[in-house]
Amino acid sequence: MSGRQDKIRNFCIIAHIDHGKSTLADRLIQKTGVLTAREMQEQVLDTMDIERERGITIKAQAVRMVYKANDGQEYVYNLIDTPGHVDFNYEVSRSLAACEGAVLVVDAAQGIEAQTLANVYLALDHNLEIMPVINKIDLPSAQPEHVKKEIEDVIGLDCSEAPQISAKNGINIEAVLEQIGKVVPPPHGDEDAPLKALIFDSFYDSYKGVIVHIRVMEGSVRTGDTIRMMYTKKEFVATEVGYFRPGQYSPCDGLLAGDVGYICASIKNVRDTRVGDTVTLADRPAKEPLPGYKKVQSMVFCGIYPADGAKYGDLRDALEKLQLNDAALLFEPETSVALGFGFRCGFLGLLHMEIIQERLEREFDLDLVTTAPSVIYKLTLTDGQVIDIDNPTNMPPVTSIEKMEEPIVKATIMTPIEYVGSIMELSQERRGIYKDMSYLDETRVILTYELPLNEIIYDFFDALKSRTRGYASLDYELIGYKESELVKLDIVLNSEIVDALSFIVHTEKAYTRARRIAEKLKDAIPRQQFEIPIQACIGGKIIARETVKAFRKDVLAKCYGGDITRKKKLLEKQKEGKRRMRQVGSVEVPQEAFMSVLKLDE
Amino acid sequence: MDNGIGLYIHIPFCKKKCYYCDFNSYPGMDHLAGSYFNALKNEMGIMSEGLKDRPVKTVFIGGGTPSLVDPGYISELLEDCSRLFNLGSDAEISMECNPGTLSFEKLRIYRQAGINRLSIGLQAWQDRLLESLGRIHRRQQFTDNLESAYKAGFTNINADLIFGLPGQTFEDWSETLDAVTSHFMDKRITHLSCYSLQIEEGTVFGDKYETGALIPADDELDRKMYGYTVEFLAGKGYRHYEISNFALPGYECRHNLIYWRAEEYASFGAGAHSYLNGKRYGNTAGIEEYIGAVKRFEERTRDIGDKAGCRNEEGYYPVPTDTGLDTGLLDTGPTDTGFDTGLHEDIQYIGRRESMSEFMILGLRLIKGVSSEEFRQRYGVRLQEVFGEKLETLVRKGLLVREETSCRVPADSNNEAKEPSPRFTFTDDVHYRLSALGLDLANKVFVEFI
Repeated sequence: MSGRQDKIRNFCIIAHIDHGKSTLADRLIQKTGVLTAREMQEQVLDTMDIERERGITIKAQAVRMVYKANDGQEYVYNLIDTPGHVDFNYEVSRSLAACEGAVLVVDAAQGIEAQTLANVYLALDHNLEIMPVINKIDLPSAQPEHVKKEIEDVIGLDCSEAPQISAKNGINIEAVLEQIGKVVPPPHGDEDAPLKALIFDSFYDSYKGVIVHIRVMEGSVRTGDTIRMMYTKKEFVATEVGYFRPGQYSPCDGLLAGDVGYICASIKNVRDTRVGDTVTLADRPAKEPLPGYKKVQSMVFCGIYPADGAKYGDLRDALEKLQLNDAALLFEPETSVALGFGFRCGFLGLLHMEIIQERLEREFDLDLVTTAPSVIYKLTLTDGQVIDIDNPTNMPPVTSIEKMEEPIVKATIMTPIEYVGSIMELSQERRGIYKDMSYLDETRVILTYELPLNEIIYDFFDALKSRTRGYASLDYELIGYKESELVKLDIVLNSEIVDALSFIVHTEKAYTRARRIAEKLKDAIPRQQFEIPIQACIGGKIIARETVKAFRKDVLAKCYGGDITRKKKLLEKQKEGKRRMRQVGSVEVPQEAFMSVLKLDE
Repeated sequence: MDNGIGLYIHIPFCKKKCYYCDFNSYPGMDHLAGSYFNALKNEMGIMSEGLKDRPVKTVFIGGGTPSLVDPGYISELLEDCSRLFNLGSDAEISMECNPGTLSFEKLRIYRQAGINRLSIGLQAWQDRLLESLGRIHRRQQFTDNLESAYKAGFTNINADLIFGLPGQTFEDWSETLDAVTSHFMDKRITHLSCYSLQIEEGTVFGDKYETGALIPADDELDRKMYGYTVEFLAGKGYRHYEISNFALPGYECRHNLIYWRAEEYASFGAGAHSYLNGKRYGNTAGIEEYIGAVKRFEERTRDIGDKAGCRNEEGYYPVPTDTGLDTGLLDTGPTDTGFDTGLHEDIQYIGRRESMSEFMILGLRLIKGVSSEEFRQRYGVRLQEVFGEKLETLVRKGLLVREETSCRVPADSNNEAKEPSPRFTFTDDVHYRLSALGLDLANKVFVEFI
């Protein structure tokens, strides 16, 4: 270990949502004088609007600070920001792998919550030194002593030195900075060994191309070096190498083992730089890549179609642009008899899906129709073939299916005791298998259930929140596949199957789901010139039906001088309503019907 | 299209607000009648300069209840009209009235003042229904008033009726139609407006409907009543000429035809709407606001008149309303000229495309529909070119009927043939009109032309 490395601290901040991770990051940056107060924009590390709006971090980014400690020495603090949401666990784990320590922020009023634990376990898995910090001591309901004890009891971390702070008000931030220097170990790594640098993030910049965020584990990299990605096997020439200041890049000659920084290498495609991959030098490559690389895997799929068929090209362009900075977003063209041309998109999870949908609508001004989210099912056919299907319309005929398997997750739900009954009911309803219940403290429990992924991908989280008045929190991870009796439910409108409304459901739930959907469609579809029969079918057999009555009257009886302007306004509103209609065969269906129809817990 | 216009004058006073009414009318404001009619006179005076070249084809006095106020006001009003505007000698001059507010004496005065058409709000034949509507009269007053009207010399009379009322049976309605089309004093009511009940927000019916206390007639019954109306009245010799309007031949309401033909009209009074020189706008609705706005305008124009050394016979600075100059003087809000009378609101300039759209959505209300020849004469381009696809789709859906017809057009004026040549020739024309289904679902047709 060099004297240089001795003065480096690589750490991240982990916390449950809203416990103050980003605020603390702001304060650390501010305290170390990297930005003036005027330059500071709240939560500077969350540069995307949607992130800021939702108060969540999506992209991992990093900041280098210089801290003059009480011992008079200057330390380089590399703060690596991590996504806080369970959907992005892989990205979190790679960011953790780039650190030696983790500052654990816990809300003094809320105490430990589901993701506090999830993140702690993840950090422990990476052998990080964990430094607890108690935040929000300014709140009247803050109970720092109680929370410290909770942490000691539940996690086993010594909190005697844990700083008690208020990030929002800037109280005691100094203590955190000092602690980091003391608790977080310095990095190691032989500066002369062959280069091994971990990619923990990448970002597409329209001028510089892809910017690769790395933590150098071994060796060094300099401008002009030819680098090689060990998993994707792509090679590039490093045109720029440097480290991060908040909101800007700071080029330098080279990065050495223990450093956190970036490489620019005229890389056009973010998919060439996989998070978790190892960067080495082409002319002196490392023998083994760093461990822990995982290919990105989508969990949730849905169909995304442009409301106006003419905008298909715009949608494709938008998805391509989003993919520039989101290697986890997958999409491929798809067609639907009902909706025309669109895309089948794969996401890490529901949140990822929602964010992409929102970005498409907002940043690219696209009007979209999205179909119900689906998961990947494994089908073993009678001829022995095993296929994966993520789109219900691709399900082969029942007679050719030997066995069906669906993905199962382990869900950890943290809730106040009084809602346990309601949550157990909800989980049972969703075909959950009870695994465990343990008491976190006198008021809260952790419930562990095994649940089919397709039961929770749509509104499970919302249902959980509404049944517990917002107090419950959820964490889940894929644990494998299980055989299941699944059927495909088809919706038939006015005698035509609407492929975009088909979905796969467990036989147990088929009847109730079918009835609910038929009812919802009956309410969602406006009356038209003819009667519309709505039928829900399994394999051609009708298991639920509703009817939308025909419209008999739609006329304005009076239209005189004073009515004309008002009448035109009315017609304009009607026309606007028509715009959001999709022609599905002979029936006009509002866009919203495709998604909202599946909101089931009501 | 001729250069003629209609005039509409609004009298917003009422004795009581009927439960279905969402017109601009106010009970208990009668004491303002004097100031109101004075403001009307001034408003008309102000606008008269710009309208001096427009022949006035019709005058319509509506409300509220015009027959509620002192008949002297109405006489004076019509005097002012004929003095200020270019009233044609055969202009149709209508007035709305309510049974229960009329008397032979009043009717005589109206007749003398020049009114040649009455529109009486009967609404229902059955007293129990009249009560449920909140009407101030019962059937007896209607028949009494009708008698007085005939005696006073009126022959062109309209009755307003509503069907689809809560609690109204099919028999009630057929009884109503039977009664109003039968002979009385050897005469018949010459015009009937039959409206399907529309429940409006902010009315007593509207509030009751929202709380579930009022259940309107179901669509099936409503359409059955309508279908019956069309058939029955046809059998009695009444021509169905607009969605809700029926008349004995020659007695169609010429004023309302101006609306449906998207022709222009000048309106006066609180909440009155106009369509002049390609601009649609409304007057401010409150009675006091209206009076105040007109006063403000009047003061300012006298002011300008003084400074410009220019006044018309009435003593106003003559505001030419055909130059758009009036925009600065009459609109709500500050303008270039710095005026702010707040008289005109909701201003919309109707461009060519919008005008075509209006031509369709208003013209299709007429049972005979729209003609491609008329369209061409008005816009210089063929109907099929502009709306061809939409029209065909609507015909396919069974909402519109397409009819090949022919119409007379003036013969070629350059014809210098020695032999007597026809003054007219016939040319092919195509009419599009609402089908029976289209009459029920007319909005589905109109929305295509917006």
